[in-house]
This record gives sequence, C-alpha cells and structure tokens, in this order.
Amino acid sequence: MRPVIHFASAALALAALAFTAVPSAVAADKPDPVADAKAFRNFFAQKFPKVKLEDFVNGPYSMNEDMHRQWEEKEQFPPYEFSLDMGKEMFSKPFKNGKSYADCFPNKGIGIRQNYPYFDAGEGKVVTLELALNRCREANGEPPFSYVKDEMAALTAYMAFTSRGKPFDIKIPDDPRALEAYQNGKRYFYTRRGQLNFSCATCHVQTPGERIRAEVLAPALGILNAMPIYRSEWSGMGTISRRFTTCNSQIRGVPLNPQDDEYRDLEYYLSYVSNGLPISGPGARP
Amino acid sequence: MASTIRVRATSSGETTEVQALIQHPMDSGFVKDAKGEVIPPHFIQELTFEYNGKSVFVADWGAAVSKDPYVKFSFKGGKKGDDLKISWVDNKGATDTATAKIQ
Repeated sequence: MRPVIHFASAALALAALAFTAVPSAVAADKPDPVADAKAFRNFFAQKFPKVKLEDFVNGPYSMNEDMHRQWEEKEQFPPYEFSLDMGKEMFSKPFKNGKSYADCFPNKGIGIRQNYPYFDAGEGKVVTLELALNRCREANGEPPFSYVKDEMAALTAYMAFTSRGKPFDIKIPDDPRALEAYQNGKRYFYTRRGQLNFSCATCHVQTPGERIRAEVLAPALGILNAMPIYRSEWSGMGTISRRFTTCNSQIRGVPLNPQDDEYRDLEYYLSYVSNGLPISGPGARP
Repeated sequence: MASTIRVRATSSGETTEVQALIQHPMDSGFVKDAKGEVIPPHFIQELTFEYNGKSVFVADWGAAVSKDPYVKFSFKGGKKGDDLKISWVDNKGATDTATAKIQ
C-alpha cells in the first residue's frame, strides 16, 4: 500500500532528522535550538526544493500547482475579511475603564505579532499572544474571551495583519527554564498520541504535500505564520488554540485545555523553528 | 453598520468578471446549538446582480449554501465606470443592497 511504503521511507528521513536534530536529548546535553531550527529548515528545503522559503507559510497551497492557483484566487477575496474588520474595530474600542488593548502591548499592539510567544522570566513560562490578550482584558475588568474562535480570532487576525510580511522573531533567552519550555514543546511535537497514534510530526514532517483523506497536509515549517485562519471546514475563523485542540480530537486523543502549558510550549517551539519566515496571517485554509 | 456585501467587478472589454462575498449566517435550520435546540433557518433566498436595469445573475438559494457565501461569475458586456447593483432577500424578509463600479 502506498501510504505504508511512503511511511517507511519517510520514517527513515524522520529518523535522520531526529538523529541530527536531537543528539542532545539522547546524550542529555544542553538543547541547541539554533541547530534544531537550521536542521528543520534544511529538511523541508530538501523535501520541497522548488518551494521558496517564504512560501512555506502558505501551507497546503504551496504543495502543488493546483492548490497554489486556488490560493491566489482566494487571496483576491479572502473569506477572513469580515473577521479582520471586526478585529480592527474591537482593537480600537476602549474597555469600560477607559483603557484599551494598546495600553497592554508594546508599540500599542501594532506590528508586534511576530514576537509572540515569548518567555516571561518573571512568570517562568511561555506567554502567547492569545494569552496576553485575555490577560489584558482581565487586568482591565473585562471578561475573557473563548480562546478558540470569534472575538479572539478577530483580535489576533487584526494583530497578525499589522505584522504581515515581518519575519517571526522568537527569542529564547539564556535561561534554563526557557530552554526547558522549548524542549517541552519539541517533545510534544514529536510524541505520538491518541487512538490513531499520530504525533504532530506524523502528518506535518513525514507527510506534507500528501493527503489525509481529502486534505493536503501542510508542512510544519511556517505552519503558524498564517494563523489565525478562516477554515472552510469550520465555516469560520479559528485560532492556534482551536487548531491544537481540534487536531488532538481528530487523532482521537483527549485535547488539553486551550493555553495549557504544553500547548504554550508547543507554540513556542513551532514558532521558533519558523523564525525568519514572514507572518502571513490572517489566512484561509480548506 | 457596514454593508454585508463586498464586491469587485472587473471589465476586460467584452466580459465583466464579478466576485462577491456576502456576510450572512446562512443557517440551514438543521443544526442544533449547544443547548440542543434547533437554530432556526436563516438564509438568503434570492440574490440578484443588475446591470443597466437588467438582471445579469439571479440565484435562488436554500439551506445548502454555507455561511458567508462567495460568488464569482462573468457576464457579457459591462463597461468600466458603470454601476453594478447587488441585492439579496432572506427567508426572514431582510434585505441588503450594494452598488459597485465596474473597474
């Protein structure tokens, strides 16, 4: 069966990647994110030599000609327009106490999306953009939004839009806790889970460009750059939290709660290894 | 509130290509909410594009069309600078219209 043959050859490639990228985990040495990111990029560049580095952010649309044509058409009249407009309105509307989102973020929240998530030394944890937005609301006496769609998606859509074209710039400070969070995210990414026994890597490292049922799989490189996305499957917008939780359900595992530590660390890892690739959000996907 | 209709019409001499994105829940009436109650049907029934007083595209829609429908079509004729009028009516009797200039 074709998938099995592909699985075997891809498993070899994956083993090679894992070996070159994580000798440290085996030897319990210090993690090397810089080397990881380089190996990650090289793996995908070799797998898809015709795809320009910055085009990986378009996920399945960069995987073949037909999909690419569909993406170009879709960008003329993107389905995320309504959410983006709503997000812009919401972002500029002050809270009941007179303050606004601009007061919670550097540069008034404009053009900063590429710096998230970041490691907060005071808290000792990773802080994502979605988390920061709800914390901003709660700090100003407003109720938090659901992490997965609607208002949170509209806000992150607007913030992503103001950063369009800017390269991901995730920093890992020289702090053992930050490195631990990074490693945690990486471990999550490569760990199999659920009834289907898939890891994130099973689909997005081993089989990008191939199909899972009718969907063309996206490569893991640049996979968060287009978030949040209008997904036809959802008939609406979804955030990073939405995708992490629904993916876990799809592989028939029990999803964590949005913004649980593991998801934050996973976002940290995935964003870091896509450093240098441009923010393209908000995006649209099948 | 802003119009629910986004439209772009481009003329290439002989034909005009029209794209439109309409904001509408398009509830089929078959979906239940979190409480288990049916969300009542709420969808566009008729969508019309008019040029020079004539209908160039008329759609009779029902429950099968998804939320925030996107429409793309071409019609013969249409000059740059002319108006294209779009209007829809839904099953609750609500309407919206928009006019766009052909580019």
